[in-house]
Amino acid sequence: MFNLTGKSALVTGASGGIGASIARALHAQGAAVALSGTRVAPLEALAAELGERAHVVPGNLSEAEAITKLLKDAETALGRIDILVNNAGLTRDQIAMRMKDEDWQSVLDVNLTAAFRLSRGVMRGMMKQRWGRIINITSVVGVTGNPGQANYAASKAGLIGMSKSLAAELASRNITVNCVAPGFIATAMTDALNDEQKDKLLPAIPAGRMGEPGEIAAGVVYLASEEAAYVTGQTLHINGGMAMI
Amino acid sequence: MSDIAERVKKIVVDHLGVEESKVVEAASFIDDLGADSLDTVELVMAFEEEFGVEIPDDAAEKILSVKDAIDFIKANGPAA
Repeated sequence: MFNLTGKSALVTGASGGIGASIARALHAQGAAVALSGTRVAPLEALAAELGERAHVVPGNLSEAEAITKLLKDAETALGRIDILVNNAGLTRDQIAMRMKDEDWQSVLDVNLTAAFRLSRGVMRGMMKQRWGRIINITSVVGVTGNPGQANYAASKAGLIGMSKSLAAELASRNITVNCVAPGFIATAMTDALNDEQKDKLLPAIPAGRMGEPGEIAAGVVYLASEEAAYVTGQTLHINGGMAMI
Repeated sequence: MSDIAERVKKIVVDHLGVEESKVVEAASFIDDLGADSLDTVELVMAFEEEFGVEIPDDAAEKILSVKDAIDFIKANGPAA
C-alpha cells in the first residue's frame, strides 16, 4: 500500500523538521522529490542523504517571481509535479495589540499566499494528466486559535478554507486537495518553548507527549497515495488528541 | 482555413463528448454544449497544444463559443 513509485513531489520548507520528514517519507515510498526552502545547506545535506531521486530547488516564497522560478526549477528537475506539499511556514508571534502590520503580512504571504500561488501553478499539469495531490500543512491552532498567533492561526485557517474550495474545483479531474493539521510536534519551532510552557502544554495532550515529525509525514504519505483517491477537502488532525474536531 | 474550424470542432467533440452535429459555430461551450468552467479551461489548453498558440487569460475568458475559438486561432496564427 501507499506505493509512490513513479510519482514526483515538490515539498516546500523541506529544511525544517516536519518538511524533511515528509520528504524522507515520500522518497521512501518511491517518489522523486524536489526539496525547497530558503536555507540551501540543510537541503543539500538532505538530498545527499536521500541519494537518487532527490533534487534541491531553493526559493524564497515571499516573492511572486521566486515562486514562478521555483515551479520552473521543480518541473525541470522532476519532469512534472504530481504531488505538491505546501509545508513552508513561519511564525511571528505577538499579542494582537502589539502585532505590527509587517508581522501579520509576512506570515500571511508565506503561509497562505505562497501556498495558493504554488497550488495554482501545479494545477495545469495535474489537470492534463488527470491526477494530482495537493497537501497543505496547516495547524491545530488554525482551528482552535491561540493567543499570540493571530497571524499564524489566520494563515492556517485560511489554508483549510482554500483547500476545501480547490478540492471542490478539481475533484472531477482526480486531483485531491487536503490538509494535515499537526498539533505540538518536536521540532526546532517547538524547541523554542521553555520548560514552563512545555509543562503547561503536555497536560492538554491526552497522549501525554509531543508528536514526532514522522507521525505527520505518515499522514502526508497516505493523502498522497492512490489509496486516498476518494479523500478530498479534508483536514487530518494529528495531535495526540489535544483537539478532537 | 476551414481546416482550423474542423480541428477546433474535433477537439470540442472529443473533449466534451458531445454529438458532432451539435458543435456548430454559434454553439456556446457552457450554454449549449454542457461544459463547466473547468472544461472551458481545458478546451483552451487543448487549443493551445493543437495549434501551438499561447492564449492569455484575458483572451481565454472571451472564448465562449466555437466561433470565438476559431476566430481567435485564425487571428493569432496557428503553427500548422
